[in-house]
Amino acid sequence: MTDAAGPVLAADGTPLKKSLNRALRRQKMRALMLIAPLLLFILITFIWPIAQMLLRSVENQIVSDVLPRTVVAVVEWDASTEEAPGDPVFEALAQDMMVAVEQKQHTRLGSRLNYETTGVSSLFRKSGRAVDEMGELAMDQFVALDEGFEAPANWAVNLGTADWNAALTDWVNNGEEGNAPRFAADPGAAEALPQTTRLYGDFANFVASDGDNPLDEDIWPILFHTLAQELPSADLSSVAGTGLPLVAAQGPVAGFETEDIKAAFIDIDEDWASVEVWQTIQTYSPDFTNGYFLNSIDMQKSPDGAEWRPEDQQIYLTLFWRTMLMSFVITCSCILLGYPVAWLLANLPASKANLLMILVLLPFWTSLLVRTSAWKVLLQQQGVINELLVWIGLVGDENRLALINNATGTIIAMTHILLPFMILPLYSVMKTIPPSYLRAAKSLGATNWTAFWRVYFPQSVPGIGAGSILVFILSIGYYITPEIVGGTKGVFISNRIAYHISSSLNWGLAAALGSILLAIVLIFYWMYDKIVGIDNVKLGG
Amino acid sequence: MTTFMTAADKAAASDNTWNFTVPLTAAFGAVLGLLGGQAAGLGVWAGLIAGAVIGAALAYALSVHLPKKIGRWAAIAVCAVLGLILGGLAGVLAGAIMGALLGWCAYWLSTGAYRSGVPPYATTGQVLWHNAFKFICGFIFFFLIAPIITIIPLSFNAQDFFTFTPEMLALDPAGYSLKHYNDFFTNPDWLRPMKNSLIIAPFATIISVSLGTLAAIGLSQSHVPFRRGIMAILISPMIVPLIISATGMFFFYSQMGLWMEDNLGISKSLSGYIKVILAHAALGIPFVIITVTATLVGFDNSLTRAAANMGATPVTTFFKVQMPLILPGVISGGLFAFITSFDEVVVVLFVGAAAQKTLPWQMFTGLREQISPTILAVATVLVAISIVLLTVVEMLRRRSERLRGMSPS
Repeated sequence: MTDAAGPVLAADGTPLKKSLNRALRRQKMRALMLIAPLLLFILITFIWPIAQMLLRSVENQIVSDVLPRTVVAVVEWDASTEEAPGDPVFEALAQDMMVAVEQKQHTRLGSRLNYETTGVSSLFRKSGRAVDEMGELAMDQFVALDEGFEAPANWAVNLGTADWNAALTDWVNNGEEGNAPRFAADPGAAEALPQTTRLYGDFANFVASDGDNPLDEDIWPILFHTLAQELPSADLSSVAGTGLPLVAAQGPVAGFETEDIKAAFIDIDEDWASVEVWQTIQTYSPDFTNGYFLNSIDMQKSPDGAEWRPEDQQIYLTLFWRTMLMSFVITCSCILLGYPVAWLLANLPASKANLLMILVLLPFWTSLLVRTSAWKVLLQQQGVINELLVWIGLVGDENRLALINNATGTIIAMTHILLPFMILPLYSVMKTIPPSYLRAAKSLGATNWTAFWRVYFPQSVPGIGAGSILVFILSIGYYITPEIVGGTKGVFISNRIAYHISSSLNWGLAAALGSILLAIVLIFYWMYDKIVGIDNVKLGG
Repeated sequence: MTTFMTAADKAAASDNTWNFTVPLTAAFGAVLGLLGGQAAGLGVWAGLIAGAVIGAALAYALSVHLPKKIGRWAAIAVCAVLGLILGGLAGVLAGAIMGALLGWCAYWLSTGAYRSGVPPYATTGQVLWHNAFKFICGFIFFFLIAPIITIIPLSFNAQDFFTFTPEMLALDPAGYSLKHYNDFFTNPDWLRPMKNSLIIAPFATIISVSLGTLAAIGLSQSHVPFRRGIMAILISPMIVPLIISATGMFFFYSQMGLWMEDNLGISKSLSGYIKVILAHAALGIPFVIITVTATLVGFDNSLTRAAANMGATPVTTFFKVQMPLILPGVISGGLFAFITSFDEVVVVLFVGAAAQKTLPWQMFTGLREQISPTILAVATVLVAISIVLLTVVEMLRRRSERLRGMSPS
């Protein structure tokens, strides 16, 4: 009756296909809406912090932030000349150091560069104490020439814009509420005296951020020195402000006696003449570095690219290797101990198996700290196991076994702690293997061993795979147990990461080590997903 | 069969006694005698020989002349008296245990109970392997449970030692005391961390359970785009090593804490708690997702459709129909999340300040720096808590299986 060629219609007259699609879309949206809050929560509080950590492992802005001028000036320097850089670099360094010292950033930078070359930290601290005297020679001559150079207000009028000066006056008149306005450089002054204007800007902004008035604070001596360098050759026609007697001074300044900044630095500490220090600064100037990653595989940056560290400084590859090796040993011992138990549990009648299961689940539910402290108590030199062995006479009193604070302690304790993670997946796989297969194999003439090895074992391999990867992933990231029972020979890479976070404060290196560990774990996670499937993770029975 | 015994049977039984039961029990007795002799200070050989003789005598006397029940008590009594002569009160206990073992061994061998687990046609080798396997499994179970059991009596030590003192071994009441428990329940060094743990864990659990249950319901719908990827992200806090999570969170939460203090006017202590609670909530979420998704696998979706058909709103359907059915999974997920937070130390060590010190943190510092026996008292209390939690989770799991008709019982 109706046209049979037309589309099938739903009750409301829309084509059925469209209507179904819409229902499906609505269903999808609803599912996503339910998931969204949690997904957002995990993304913000978990995934984002980890991404941030990964970024931190390559981040290196601190050098260019603290020494902006030096970093630019030192680019041209060629390390192969075996000589420290020339005067311009030291001039830039003096200006940067003055700002950094006032902001108390130079010690931070010193510790950062100290990770790469030892001694830099003390070099920066020492120079920081002396740098505010640099330029005093120029300052004295300027003041002798004209008292006007000593007044901070004159500098402000000359180098800042009229708007900034007005805002500053308003701020002063309003009782100095909050911080002084940020410096705005007068374009003319910036063109004629670029370095002086920039340094004065740093001065004014620093004073303002400290809550003080730029018109009251004494001008840094190094500013006079910079001005003395720039003024003689400057074209002053573009400078509009009339605070400092610049034009009048231009002639006399050319005849000023100037300080040798390079010599002054080398005088503070002769390390400033060392090529190595400058190489470090030059190598770590870029905003991003692979230095932390090279460090975490026992390499270092050098002018010729990456190279191995000296033998006696190599620790991380050993540590990674040890972490992998010990995790492997722990995984193997878990298979060895877990397989018989899982087999027994899977083949006993349900009532008995449930009873024995409690013996597996109780350690699983017991606090990690409890189990670790139990092992600490048991394994000590004066602990229960050693006392027992001495008591029954298996071990002499003087040669008690060293079971703790070494790799043995870590392996014993961690095997115990991770064993349930092996037994539970193995058990759930073995539960699904029909016992009739074994009987069939035996009735066909197989010996016990053949029946087990050729029929049962291959079917239990997925369980072994799942358990092993789980145990391996868990064990390579372990921190608490190795820290307590591992001593120095039984610690993992995680203990080193924790050390760099909380003791040495070398966070970049900690982040790089963490990123490598994460990459290893993710590879195994991916394998786990392929073999077992993430949706099939089960907890307890 | 037992009522009528021919002369040949008797001869075979006697043969069996002399060739099998007596030598094996004697060997077992020798091992026990070695241990007992060492403990009582008799020396290696004296203990070994005395144990072998006692074992052989018991094996013969019990298996041939006494019924099982009386025989076992007799063995216990004989060895307890021997223990009393050698080692006083503690000797009685040790002797009684050894007697029980010997008596059990003699009957196990002589009555043929050792063959009960294998078919009658099994060869000697197979029987041997079967029993050896059982013993191996027994040792592994012992390995699993012994460390946890050992610390319980040690926590009642009257001395500040981490090993059994002679008084304790002699069962002298003076060797035991509750002083470590007393310390735990009165010392602010332990009370404050306990309080912190009890503040942080419930809040973290509430966040993980509420968000996790919703997401698990969303994930179990039939059409979810990118299900695999989403699942991988949600499970990741369980897979990523704690030290890496802690490192990442250390950087993130220190900035977030400052931001909260500056912009929201939250006090330093409160922001500290918020940071730790959020971090722990993230760690607990995978457990909630896994348990709740597992419960939802057997969920019959026609029930919700039926409810909707009868006019229930989605919210009513959720609370009246779906929630009661998945509640066991939700509660056990919650318990997992709770124990995760209650147990966690690496993240709180990095994210928290001293004001948020939790119980595991205090234990960790205690173990690393000044190890005090109070830790064992705390550990015993925590073991008791985990036994309770384990029982609850097991009961819930069975209930949920029964509800879904997955278990025959």
